[in-house]
Amino acid sequence: MNTLSNSMPESSANPQIAPTVISPARRMYWSIRRELWENRSIYIAPLAAAAVTVVAFLIGMIALPGHRMRTVMALNPARQRAQIILPYDIAAALIMATAFFVGLYYCLDALHGERRDRSILFWKSLPVSDLTTVLSKASIPLALMLFSFVLTFVTQFIMLLLSSAVVLAEGLNVATLWTNVSLFRSSLMLLYHLVTVHALWYAPIYAWLLLVSAWARRAPFLWAVLPPLAISAVEKIAFNTTHFASWVAYRFSGPEAFNVSSSPGLSAQAGGVSMTAMASLDPEKFFSTPGLWIGLIVAAALLFAAAQLRRYRGPI
Amino acid sequence: MACIEARGLRKSFGTTIALDGIDLRVEDGRILGIIGPNGAGKTTALNAILGLTPYQGELRVLGRDPSAERDQLMRDVCFIADVAVLPRWMRVSQALDYVAGVHPRFDRAKAEGFLARTTIKRGSKIRELSKGMVTQLHLALIMAIDAKLLVLDEPTLGLDILYRKQFYDSLLTDYFDRNRTIVVATHQVDEIQHVLTDVMFIDRGRIVFDCSMEEVESRYLEVMVNPEQVAAARALKPMHERQGFGRSILLFDRVERQQLTALGEVRTPSVADLFVAVMEDQAGQARAKYEGVAR
Repeated sequence: MNTLSNSMPESSANPQIAPTVISPARRMYWSIRRELWENRSIYIAPLAAAAVTVVAFLIGMIALPGHRMRTVMALNPARQRAQIILPYDIAAALIMATAFFVGLYYCLDALHGERRDRSILFWKSLPVSDLTTVLSKASIPLALMLFSFVLTFVTQFIMLLLSSAVVLAEGLNVATLWTNVSLFRSSLMLLYHLVTVHALWYAPIYAWLLLVSAWARRAPFLWAVLPPLAISAVEKIAFNTTHFASWVAYRFSGPEAFNVSSSPGLSAQAGGVSMTAMASLDPEKFFSTPGLWIGLIVAAALLFAAAQLRRYRGPI
Repeated sequence: MACIEARGLRKSFGTTIALDGIDLRVEDGRILGIIGPNGAGKTTALNAILGLTPYQGELRVLGRDPSAERDQLMRDVCFIADVAVLPRWMRVSQALDYVAGVHPRFDRAKAEGFLARTTIKRGSKIRELSKGMVTQLHLALIMAIDAKLLVLDEPTLGLDILYRKQFYDSLLTDYFDRNRTIVVATHQVDEIQHVLTDVMFIDRGRIVFDCSMEEVESRYLEVMVNPEQVAAARALKPMHERQGFGRSILLFDRVERQQLTALGEVRTPSVADLFVAVMEDQAGQARAKYEGVAR
């Protein structure tokens, strides 16, 4: 370009407005808020799951008010305990499973949706780095985990109050209920399960989905699921071994150390945490499992790769 | 230091060469129009400048390497890459909150001021706005950012003429202040002609014309030649000839005005006419080259 007479005759006359300083933490905060604005299912779905369990619990108590309680109270202590805590376990499992699936779905769409609707061109016109964007999206499963913990606690507390009201109305001993349910101890276990399994152990699963979501031009679900299946099949046919398949299964089910679900009918995979299995928790063993640390390193690498991919990804 | 400096900028997609070694220098305070046919490499060049695509060659934008420091660069650079890229799920108020949250140079009051002149409601979702309103909103957000460089790639494509005119009018009156640099790529040459300080034509990944508007006005003249003087006019070697209103219109580069006034009605050509002339000249050269090779 030629510099001609009319360029910048007043360049020094116009003082610039001092820019506000924006810390990386503030950018992260707004990036996460943005995700919550866009994906309201993050909190609506677990709330709906909680509402459904409370309604089901209410129906159960209204349909069989005193009768059921009396039957339960007449059982021997062990059976009585199992009967009383079952709805609480189901509530926790349903909320956790909902949050888990919402998290998977979210990650698979997070970096694909912005390219599909072309809004990536708007996000990239702002001074937010690709790494910040990817990390803000990766933190959503963590946010979901914390939210589902709080929500489970509140839901179980509401259930406990409702059943206490029924027990008192029937003139039965409310202490049986409260000693068996032991909300605080069970919540502590739930938190342990959520942090160890859903946050730490599952981290590479979420990171893998984010990477596929940044990479795939179309059908991210198929790209996320089919290659692992294909690798398992090839391995089985070619070498008649199942190392890859069992490695994937291990990632989903976790090491024995935290397989705390001893209550009948609920597996750890579905997110069930028995309130009685406190004794089987072994943090020392969990944190010394090599698979945990390998998984976290893999997750970090996958997230970094997703951020690198996003640098040059445009609308699709 | 120039606002944008490129040397030997290259980019290819497979065997297709999108940018074929472009040298470019845009000084501060200019309004440059990049004009070219579809697939000429306009968008690729702008994407390289904005750090949206990898490239070969040297490129500095405001002294930074755009491919390595996009997020840093975006503190001083704004762009509208396409119409309707604002996220459809977002509310107008959320868009204001978000940009204010992440952009250090965003002046929210200013954006609110621009919006107050439109009929856009704060609580509306972007999907509920018309295409013209989405562009107004985007422009309000961009103009409230105190940036050094604004890059626009077909910012008014698909808008009706009222919105298009309004778009460039507000850019000129409310935004441009000679400290800023604007680069705009478009097909709608006639509408932006009066806005530009410089104009550049790109064809098949190469810059084929690069000139300031003052130079365009002083160098090029178009003559509607009187029928009896066509032969005399052609002897002055026009760069292009076309027919209009039943007469020959000849375009001259660096020919004295006095010489031409004798031949017919003289005027400054529009950028669109100049573009056609340059492009046909290019096509002619390419054909000659091809025939030379074939022979």
